[in-house]
Amino acid sequence: MIVDTHPHTHETAHAEEHAHVALPQHRHHFETQEQQREAGTFGMWLFLLTEIMFFGGLFFSYLLYRNWYYDAFVVASNQLSVPLGGANTAILITSGFCMALGVWAAEVRKKGLLVLTLILTMLFGIAFIGVKADEYHEKWEKHHIPGDHFDVSEFVNPHAYGLKEEPLPPDQAAHTQIFFSLYFAMTGLHALHMIIGLGILVWLTIRAQRGDFTAGYVAPIENFALYWHFVDIVWLFLFPLLYLINRHPV
Amino acid sequence: MSATSSTIVNLPDQKTARLPKRSYLNNEDGLLSWLLTGDHKRIAIMYLISITFFFFIGGAFAGLIRLELLTPQPDLVASDTYNKFFSMHGIIMVFLFLVPSVPATLGNFLIPIMIGAKDLAFPKVNLLSWYLYWLGGLFTLAALVLGGVDTGWTFTTPLSTHYLNTHVVTAAVGIFIIGFSSIFTGLNFIVTIHRMRAPGMTWFRMPLFIWSNYAASLLMVLGTPVLAITLVLVALERTIGIGVFDPTKGGDPLLFQHLFWFYSHPAVYIMILPGMGVISEVISTFSRKRVFGYTAVAFSSVAIALFGFFVWAHHMFIMGVSNYSALVFSLLTMLVAVPSAIKIFNWAFTLQKGSITFETPMLYAFGFMGLFTIGGMTGVFLGALGMDIHLTETYFIVAHFHFVMVGGMLMAFLSGIHFWWPKMTGRMYPESLSKLAAVTTFIGFNLTFLPQFILGYLGMPRRYHAYPPEFQVLNVLSTAGATVLGVGYMLPLLYLGWSLRYGAIAGNNPWQATGLEWQIQSPPLTENFIEVPIVDHEAYDYEWLAHKTEQEVTTVG
Repeated sequence: MIVDTHPHTHETAHAEEHAHVALPQHRHHFETQEQQREAGTFGMWLFLLTEIMFFGGLFFSYLLYRNWYYDAFVVASNQLSVPLGGANTAILITSGFCMALGVWAAEVRKKGLLVLTLILTMLFGIAFIGVKADEYHEKWEKHHIPGDHFDVSEFVNPHAYGLKEEPLPPDQAAHTQIFFSLYFAMTGLHALHMIIGLGILVWLTIRAQRGDFTAGYVAPIENFALYWHFVDIVWLFLFPLLYLINRHPV
Repeated sequence: MSATSSTIVNLPDQKTARLPKRSYLNNEDGLLSWLLTGDHKRIAIMYLISITFFFFIGGAFAGLIRLELLTPQPDLVASDTYNKFFSMHGIIMVFLFLVPSVPATLGNFLIPIMIGAKDLAFPKVNLLSWYLYWLGGLFTLAALVLGGVDTGWTFTTPLSTHYLNTHVVTAAVGIFIIGFSSIFTGLNFIVTIHRMRAPGMTWFRMPLFIWSNYAASLLMVLGTPVLAITLVLVALERTIGIGVFDPTKGGDPLLFQHLFWFYSHPAVYIMILPGMGVISEVISTFSRKRVFGYTAVAFSSVAIALFGFFVWAHHMFIMGVSNYSALVFSLLTMLVAVPSAIKIFNWAFTLQKGSITFETPMLYAFGFMGLFTIGGMTGVFLGALGMDIHLTETYFIVAHFHFVMVGGMLMAFLSGIHFWWPKMTGRMYPESLSKLAAVTTFIGFNLTFLPQFILGYLGMPRRYHAYPPEFQVLNVLSTAGATVLGVGYMLPLLYLGWSLRYGAIAGNNPWQATGLEWQIQSPPLTENFIEVPIVDHEAYDYEWLAHKTEQEVTTVG
């Protein structure tokens, strides 16, 4: 192997990189700010990889049970409101767009715009949670929350509820509970990720207002944006899988 | 202890030697300077104390289990108490000791130094991982104090979700949190190894300890989240009754097994791979030779990590999985034996014609090689479909994984602790006493677990607190061995504590080893290196070291 004779000593390499800006956020154990930024982003991507595996367990369960209990999944899926889910998808994408604008604002050092976009990101995020809460409330009223109070009568006898679906035999109707278990586990964990994200956003907004991210140090904004887009993307898989894929005209 | 032909230990003149005036240990004072530190070395020491604490709690339960099994009658405790004993033993030993053992202590301490960095990439995340470890540990202790858990460490459904009235959720929350501690450790290692290497430290110049920790980190990052979601589903099923694993609602308990073992089989390699890294360093140092087939050993770590993800269903051969998938998983299981064997053979070839000396770390390493080989070979018995039906759920399987985990991993851990003790503390441990401890551990271990292979083969099932009287002789041997083993583990605790004050001053490089960590002062400075090292030699290059020592260019630290 080639003997790597490094042309720079440590001191000169250090001085060169720091010639233009010496940020207070530069941490001593990184040689250069570039190294620090790359390490941070790499770490965030790895964390998102763990998140994929985390949700992966649920997606696998969904795949399995959808194959086993297709009929129950169809009727249960028809209970979900496509307009509400579609609106939420639009809301979430808009929130993601605002976040992307925020990254740009931080990079071009526009403090006012950054704060504005962060607040918009937050507002659209809260709107999403609000719509979700409304959907959960409807399930609560219809006894579609899994557990002791779960009620299958709407699937056994749909016509009594004004639904046009074919009735399911009770044993198959019981499997709608699996659908709703997965629905609540998946959307619930997704919403939990959003709530955590909203908490971080409050903190980022306060720091952005202080001007922390518009002086050349954008890593926290960038990495949070990665997280926020990841949460968006999880929803972009959840929406078709839970709301759309089993839907068929009745 | 001067340098003679029978030892490579080379200590400075004790009359004049002093510990360095400034080091990571005395750079700052006070409890808060430890609890709020970002220094990877201090966090490693905090982890070392923590996992030792949990090791002895887990060990106490092992002692109680062996005590109950001294007689065939169920005379010491009731059956449900016995269930709690082995459950708490397993949970504490797996999640609070074995998984963090080498990575969080030796790995934390050594990985930045070995690659020539000042710290891990994310010091705050590293500290956070220690706090998460303790938060999870406190939940586990709470579950213990409130009355224990009796699911076994595997949380098997529907037993854990429907039939037990113990503190399953508390323990599951604890393990969930500890999982994040493990994820953060692995993530930190991967980023550090990718981004923080010193100039000239190419991938194939890295010590094999780094390679094996890298492979284990991949498993932590990819596997642990699956365990997390599985435990979330178990907790949700217990608390609000969602039905994903509940057969009465159409859920499938077998899905739980798939998800659980998707993590928990790779977890076995999370536990053993860092230990293998320790053995590579120790074997090379004490035979004065570059590790034979460096590249093959490096890649075998990655291969073990990769194969490790595709063998999980061998835990489920008797659970009603299809015969065809069992066939495939059986084949894949046997494939894991290949990279493991590559390591063992390469270590053996490293020893061949080496100048072998028998210091304590080397004794433990020999113990590892023998016991891990037996543990691994019996794993092939269990991977064979027909044999597995006879042997699974018996003491054979208990003996098998204790040979790998205790005989393998714990030996490697102790080997590493002794090997790097002079680097961590600046002082030597007492050599003759520690050799005695190594031999005691080896004898005690074999006496404890060899009889269990026979017991299992004869049909004694695991997890029962009573057994037919004809098994008593072997069980008495096993319990006697556990006592010897306990003494073997207590000894290092005592003499390592003693050595902190009274041990001989070790100097920078008592073993004449080649790693970057041995070229700096002991104990190291907080920033590890005064200036960034420039690496121009391969790992385990003893000629480079001799040359360097001749010219006395020892000013790196």
